[in-house]
Amino acid sequence: MKPAASEPQTKPEVKPEAKPAASQPPTKPEAKPEVKTARSKPHRKPEGKPEVKPEAKPAATEPQKKPAVKPSDVIVDEKVEVVKEEKPVADKITIGELHLSGCTGCLVTLADNYEGLFKLLDDYADLVYALTLVDVRHVPEMDVCLVEGSCCLNDELSVEELKEARAKSKVLVAYGACAAYGNITRFCRGGQWNQPGHEAFVPISEVVDVDLYIPSCPPCPQEVRNVAVMAYLLLRGNDEQKQLATAYLTPLMQLAQRGNEACGCDLMYDVINQGLCMGCGTCAGTCPVRAITMEYGKPNVNRDQCIKCGACYSQCPRSWFNFDVMNNYEAIMGAIKGAMQ
Amino acid sequence: MDVLGNYKSAISARSTDKDILKKSQDGGIITTLFAYALEEGIIDGAIVAGPSDEPWRPEPMVATSKAELLAAAGTRYTISPNLYLIKEATRSYGLDRVGIVGVPCQIQAVRKAQLYPIGMRDVDDKIALALGIYCMENLSYQALEAIVEDHCNQKMESVKKMDIGKGKFTVYTERGAVSQMPLKLIHKYVQPGCNVCLDYVGNLADISSGSVGSPDGWSTVFVRSMKGNAVWDGAIAAGCFETKPMDQVKPGLDLVKKLATEKITKNQKNVDARKTVGLKADGTPKGLRNPYESP
Repeated sequence: MKPAASEPQTKPEVKPEAKPAASQPPTKPEAKPEVKTARSKPHRKPEGKPEVKPEAKPAATEPQKKPAVKPSDVIVDEKVEVVKEEKPVADKITIGELHLSGCTGCLVTLADNYEGLFKLLDDYADLVYALTLVDVRHVPEMDVCLVEGSCCLNDELSVEELKEARAKSKVLVAYGACAAYGNITRFCRGGQWNQPGHEAFVPISEVVDVDLYIPSCPPCPQEVRNVAVMAYLLLRGNDEQKQLATAYLTPLMQLAQRGNEACGCDLMYDVINQGLCMGCGTCAGTCPVRAITMEYGKPNVNRDQCIKCGACYSQCPRSWFNFDVMNNYEAIMGAIKGAMQ
Repeated sequence: MDVLGNYKSAISARSTDKDILKKSQDGGIITTLFAYALEEGIIDGAIVAGPSDEPWRPEPMVATSKAELLAAAGTRYTISPNLYLIKEATRSYGLDRVGIVGVPCQIQAVRKAQLYPIGMRDVDDKIALALGIYCMENLSYQALEAIVEDHCNQKMESVKKMDIGKGKFTVYTERGAVSQMPLKLIHKYVQPGCNVCLDYVGNLADISSGSVGSPDGWSTVFVRSMKGNAVWDGAIAAGCFETKPMDQVKPGLDLVKKLATEKITKNQKNVDARKTVGLKADGTPKGLRNPYESP
C-alpha cells in the first residue's frame, strides 16, 4: 500500500508545472485510480482497514476538477461506489500463488474457471497473493499456497521466496507439472536469453516439503476448483466434511510422497510392467501433447514428444483408485456443483 | 458396496427396434439408449467401439447418427480404448453432451476423470450418459486372433459373430460354421490388468447392461444414477424397449450375483496375493504396487 499512498502526493507536484498542457495530465491520474481500486479489492477482505485508503483517493482527483474533464468525473464516481459495496465473509480460507519458473499457464488456468473463480473468491477463499492478480509484493501468511513453476537454483530470490512460502503456508501445493515434476524445465541446460546462467531447475520438492500435487500441463481448471473447495471443507468444514475432504485429497498427497520424477515411461514402469494395465485409453486421452497412442489396446509413448508432466499416470485409473471417494461420485459431484452455484 | 453396486432398478429388456436387433449382441440396450439419447438431444454424440481396418479390432469413434451407432453395434471381445476420445470429443468434435460406453474399468476411468480431472480439461460436466457393459475379463487383439484362428480354426474375416455363454466361447462364420472352445482354455490369454479388477457389472455407470441373467436375445439392465433413471424412464415412455421384471425371467438376478461374487472374490485374492508376492532381506514379504491403496 505504500506506493498507493506516495503516488498521489507526487502527482499534484507534477501538475502545477505541467498546467499549460491541460488535456494530458488529467488522463494520468484518471488511469491510476482505476488500477489501484481494482487491485485493492483483494486486500480489503482479509485486512478490512485498507478500505480507508482507496476512499482517500478521490482527493487525488481534485486536480482533475480544474481541467473539468467530464468523463473522468464519472469514472471516479463509479469507483467510489465499488468501494462501499464490500461484504467481508469471515470464514474464508486464504490462498496465494507463488510464481517461480513457469509460463503463467497455471495461473491462467485458475482464471479459466471464469465465473467459478468469482464464486470461489466470494464465498470460500481470498486470493492474498498472486502475480498480476493481486497487488502484494511480499509473500504473506496463507492457508494454501499454490506454487507454479520449478525452482531455479541459480536464482537466489526464487529459493528464498519458496522457503518463505513454505514457512508461511499451512498447505503447500505443487500447482502444475513444473512445480511437481519439473515438466519442460527438465530439459533446460542453460544458455537461453535473457538469463543464460540459469540452468539448474528443480521440482520444488527438491527445496521444500510439498503437501499436495496437482499435475498436468497446464493443470485442469476443474481440478484446482475441486482442490480449493476441498481445502475449504478441510479447514472450515464440520467433521463429516473434513472426512470427505481428507479422503478426496489423500491420493494427491500420496502423489507428492511418491516422488518428483514423471514421464510417459511411468505407464510402462508402474502400470504395464506391474501387470495393471487394461487398456482403457485414459492416458492417451489425457496427454496434453498427444504423445500417447493406443496400439493394439496398450499405450505407446512417443518419448521424444513427452514433456514429463505426469498427467497420464495420475489420471490412469490404475495409478490409484479410491473406492471410498469414487463410489460416492454422484453425491460429491453434486456437492461441488452446489457449492459453485 | 454390494457386488452389483447401487442401483435403482434391475430389469430384463429388449429393444423394439428391428434394425438394431439385427446387429446387436443381445437385447440391443446400449445402441438403443444412445439412439434415443441422440434423438432427444440428451447427448450430442457417443463414444463407441467402431470398426477399424482389421477384422474384429474395434477402434474408438464418436458416433453422431443412428447409422454410425449401428456400425458399432455388437460385442467384440477385445478392448476398445474409448477413453482415448473423451477429451477429443469435447474439443475437435465440439460436443457439449458426451455419451460413452465402456467396460467397468473404463467407467471407473470416466468417474476418476470427473472427480479428479487432472489432465481432463472441461470434461467433467460434459459426460451426459455413461453406459456400462458387464465384463468378466478381456483379451488383447492378438489373444483373440489366437483363440479364433488357432483354437477355433476360423479366419478372423470370415467370422460373423462371437459369443460367450454357457461356459463356451462360440464363433459363428458367414458360411454357417459354428466353432466352440471351453472358456477355461481362454484364461491364459486374459490381460493381466483384468486380474485385479473389482467390478463386474459397471457399478459406476449411469445404466449398465449385459446378457447374463436374462433369456437369449434379452439383456439384464441396471439403472443406477439419477441421470440414468431419467434417461431410462424417457426411453421406456418412448417405447424403445419391451421389458420383463427380473424375478419373472430365468436364469435371473441370482446368476448375475453369483458371477459378480466369483469375479470379485477371485480378483480380491489376486490383489491380496500381490502384497506378499516377494521377499525382503529380513524375511518379511515384499509386495507389488497396489492401485487401491496409493499411487
